[in-house]
Amino acid sequence: MAVVANGEYKFPSRDRVENYYGHQLLFACWDHHMLMAAPFMLFGAPDQKLGDIIEQQLKPLMQPDPDFDKIDWDAIEWTKSGEPWTPDFNKTVKENGLVHKEQFRFKTPGLSTLVPPQGE
Amino acid sequence: MDIKKTPKKLNVKEKYRLMTRDLAWEPSYRDEKEIYPYVDYEGIKVHDWSKWEDPFRLTMDAYWKYQAEKERKYYAIIDAHAQNNGHLNVTDARYLTAIKLFLQGISPGEYAAHRGFARVGREFAGVGPQVACQMQSIDEIRHAQTQVHAMSNYNKFYNGFKDFASQRDRIWYTSVPRSFFDDAMAAGPFEFLIAIGFSFEYVLTNLLFVPFMSGAAYNGDMATCTFGFSAQSDEARHMTLGLECIKFMLEQDPDNIPIVQKWIDKWFWRGCRLLTLVAAMMDYMLPKRVMSWREAWNIYGVENGNALFRDLARYGIKPPMHWDDVEKSIDHTSHQIMLGLYQWKFGTAFHSWTPTASDIEWLKEKYPTTFEKYYLPRWEYAIAQKEAGGEYNNFGLPKLCQTCQLPCLFTEPDDPTQLCHRETEYEGEKYHFCSDGCQHVFEQEPEKYVQAWLPMPALMQEPLKGDLAAWMEWVSLEPTAAGEYASSEDKANFEKWRKQVSTD
Repeated sequence: MAVVANGEYKFPSRDRVENYYGHQLLFACWDHHMLMAAPFMLFGAPDQKLGDIIEQQLKPLMQPDPDFDKIDWDAIEWTKSGEPWTPDFNKTVKENGLVHKEQFRFKTPGLSTLVPPQGE
Repeated sequence: MDIKKTPKKLNVKEKYRLMTRDLAWEPSYRDEKEIYPYVDYEGIKVHDWSKWEDPFRLTMDAYWKYQAEKERKYYAIIDAHAQNNGHLNVTDARYLTAIKLFLQGISPGEYAAHRGFARVGREFAGVGPQVACQMQSIDEIRHAQTQVHAMSNYNKFYNGFKDFASQRDRIWYTSVPRSFFDDAMAAGPFEFLIAIGFSFEYVLTNLLFVPFMSGAAYNGDMATCTFGFSAQSDEARHMTLGLECIKFMLEQDPDNIPIVQKWIDKWFWRGCRLLTLVAAMMDYMLPKRVMSWREAWNIYGVENGNALFRDLARYGIKPPMHWDDVEKSIDHTSHQIMLGLYQWKFGTAFHSWTPTASDIEWLKEKYPTTFEKYYLPRWEYAIAQKEAGGEYNNFGLPKLCQTCQLPCLFTEPDDPTQLCHRETEYEGEKYHFCSDGCQHVFEQEPEKYVQAWLPMPALMQEPLKGDLAAWMEWVSLEPTAAGEYASSEDKANFEKWRKQVSTD
């Protein structure tokens, strides 16, 4: 579908990657952990190591959750755009296939202190 | 001596005809298309503008008389309220969060509606809707002004009121109502009427005004309550206009039906997302509560909505597309929103708090299947943090919905343990949504919503580049207006002043 207009209707997107001076946005969601109410918006450069973004930006934000210290980082199930995905923390954002405004999600099975397990 | 001749007095019907319909003259040296360039492009077909009915038959001279009388009464009460320290009669200063949110979020919407109705009143080719829209336009600016006046008295004593006008354009949560009205303002005249006149004023307004005004009355806020009474008779007229506009469109041509249905689907959903802020107000912000959001929805949403859509079924109009998703969300949204507002309280121009023991009992009773199971553990966590001398905050910037602009904090309609994630790609760029409803709205008109100004992504762009201190200054947010209620200046001052009054 398209906008019904009485003339040409074409405008650039407000959050296009060109507006981020060589950086980009990412979104991250810790599934079934809603103490932090919404997925986090992260910010970095495509050639930045993904591991650095996780360590410096994501982990400090997750820390208040009582499940944080119990996470087994090797047992996490990752997804990207709904598909299973294996990140490589030593590679860059770009090498990990994370484009501008990409969201990745991760599950930590068995941890459900503040939100009941799925389906309950 | 001459005998004075009494001029013949016109009856209401004649007067209405002369003062309104008689204004519809035929242009002689310009053609209709030049005069009304925006009336065709949306695809709505009108064969006879004179079929527009105005049940109020109100003429401008009568309108001025009524409104002037109401203003006199209104300002007499507002003056008395100011002179007698009426602000100390509210239940407690926590109540003020509700009206701060109203002033920042809703009053600018009244002003936007004023502009919108002024515009469409000019754009319609029939004199019936022209006159009705003109009156509503003046009503709306009167509402914006009287609300600002009613609340200006609180501004002398409390934080968070003073910069509502620039905050409307800048602070993150007001972008929700702002984008709602901007979307309507950027639509054609017929869509505007379905958006604001029908979906908002007719279907949803009771969910906004009744709880707010009865909440004001219950909590001793004479100023806001008086505004409510002053606006009430206008609202009745607006609702009639909303209903008349939809019936008019549907009766003029069967080709209009699918277009109108599409607009109803869109605007009902957008309106419901906007009202989630009202849900939080009703369930959490009023010290003395009127009814729960669930109870309000059952009366004003389900009962009234069902009757309305039964009535419209004869035109071939179906209930709004995402009605079932709204119904499923009712027992959840107020908790989800309030938990969000609480954890981002360092960035709001109002205070928030954790529910007290009696609040918790009330919430358990009103939401027996959801509150205790899904939301109480998070509140208990926040309370425990406070008792241990800490504070539960979320310094992460949230992912926002491209359409409604709320943080994506709503859960899957059928799974309250999981956030709802929806995304789409348009011209090589990804867009995220809080729900199927918002994704659907986007996909109908992606060219429109790619332009959305989303406060969180905007914060990372030029000129702020993620500088939070610069952002606080730019949105005119002083630390005294934000944060936890218990430690606020508002609470301390209110208690001090009230004690003074009672000892004097």
